[in-house]
Amino acid sequence: MNGIHDMGGMQDMGPIRYEKNEPVFHAPWEGRSLALNLAAAAWRKWNIDAGRHQIELIAPADYLRMTYYEKWTQRLEELLVKTGLVTEAEIDSGKPAPGSSKMTPPLTADKVPSMLRSGGPASRSVPGPSRFKVGQRVRARNIHPTGHTRLPRYARGKTGTIHLDHGAYVFPDTNAHFLGEKPQHVYSVRFTAKELWGEQASPRDAVYVDMWDDYLEHA
Amino acid sequence: MDASRRTFLMAAGGTAANELGQAQQHDHDHDHQDVPSDPTLRVNALESLLVEKGLVDPAALDALIDTYQHKVGPRNGAQVIAKAWVDPAYKKRLLADATNTIAELGYGGRQGEHMVVVENTPTVHNLVVCTLCSCYPWSVLGLPPVWYKSAPYRSRAVIDPRGVLHEFGLDLSPDVEVRVWDSTAELRYLVLPERPAGTENLSEEQLAALVTRDAMVGVGKVKA
Repeated sequence: MNGIHDMGGMQDMGPIRYEKNEPVFHAPWEGRSLALNLAAAAWRKWNIDAGRHQIELIAPADYLRMTYYEKWTQRLEELLVKTGLVTEAEIDSGKPAPGSSKMTPPLTADKVPSMLRSGGPASRSVPGPSRFKVGQRVRARNIHPTGHTRLPRYARGKTGTIHLDHGAYVFPDTNAHFLGEKPQHVYSVRFTAKELWGEQASPRDAVYVDMWDDYLEHA
Repeated sequence: MDASRRTFLMAAGGTAANELGQAQQHDHDHDHQDVPSDPTLRVNALESLLVEKGLVDPAALDALIDTYQHKVGPRNGAQVIAKAWVDPAYKKRLLADATNTIAELGYGGRQGEHMVVVENTPTVHNLVVCTLCSCYPWSVLGLPPVWYKSAPYRSRAVIDPRGVLHEFGLDLSPDVEVRVWDSTAELRYLVLPERPAGTENLSEEQLAALVTRDAMVGVGKVKA
């Protein structure tokens, strides 16, 4: 989706606002929002790619206005409703629907350390050799999927070099839409700054973008 | 999404919009953040609903918050860096297989499942960004700071890394190669900064105390 979230290469967003001694959370609700997102995800009704895509679906003007944890809160409400864990009416009233039965949370406090320690590895094994080799020239495909993708606009159609083969990983473009993991190789692709940004770019600089096999073609 | 919730959010987001308007006057000594009050009500309401429905355990929420406030943060990464500085064999393993080598110190798991360490040298400077969202190596750096998640950083780090570094007070020679790592997949990047001169006699623990979050993202250098 060519959304506002795909920000690489945009200009005039203003100076970077650095906060000295920044706290982990600026208010208690930010921590609660983060924790609610992680705890609700333990129901496994959605995956990390669906979660990212839900944030991308926030209307562009709202996306720019909202803070990070405001987006996380909105994303969680949308996912809870979409997956049927709660209803719109329950969100609006803040109360469980009359007669609804109480469930048992999958994530209890004693399970938090092991849940965080194991994380959610996205690596998968796939048979056969990878399509591209380190050092090979490749082009990022000029595609504009309307759903979730992790192929940034600034790299599309650009030519680079395979720097590393990271192994195979879940493919977000399908996984975000619950269409399967479609595991495939992910490569670190080196694009020179001049290839991406033209003559004004520094001749020495480069951007390394992690790209799934489906994003690439032979150059 | 119903209209009332959207309106609610936009009201809450007004603060950020005002901040954008004031951005031109901002400098790096800025040390406060306006926090809208409405999100407190909204998140409280959501939490109480989810607890009442038995969807989340409030004690688990407390444990999650405690973890990221007190246990997982840039001190973890600093220990990795200091060890790499004093132990050449560890550094070699770290650059070849970051995930397992970081795990030797007990760090890993969520948002650090697949790690890559990139080394700064006198001729190469690495900078990490996530242009598409805010991917960040939680297991070694904790949760990302606001600037890392902000539109100015995400948009400009790839097209004008030297300008971004200048804003952080770092002016690199044109001879230095700048490598920007855009975290578009599930790989998470940690910069191994250069060990500062004059630290030959410091212990690993003393070295770790010098290592900053900013240096491990690549927007700063470690100073003695």
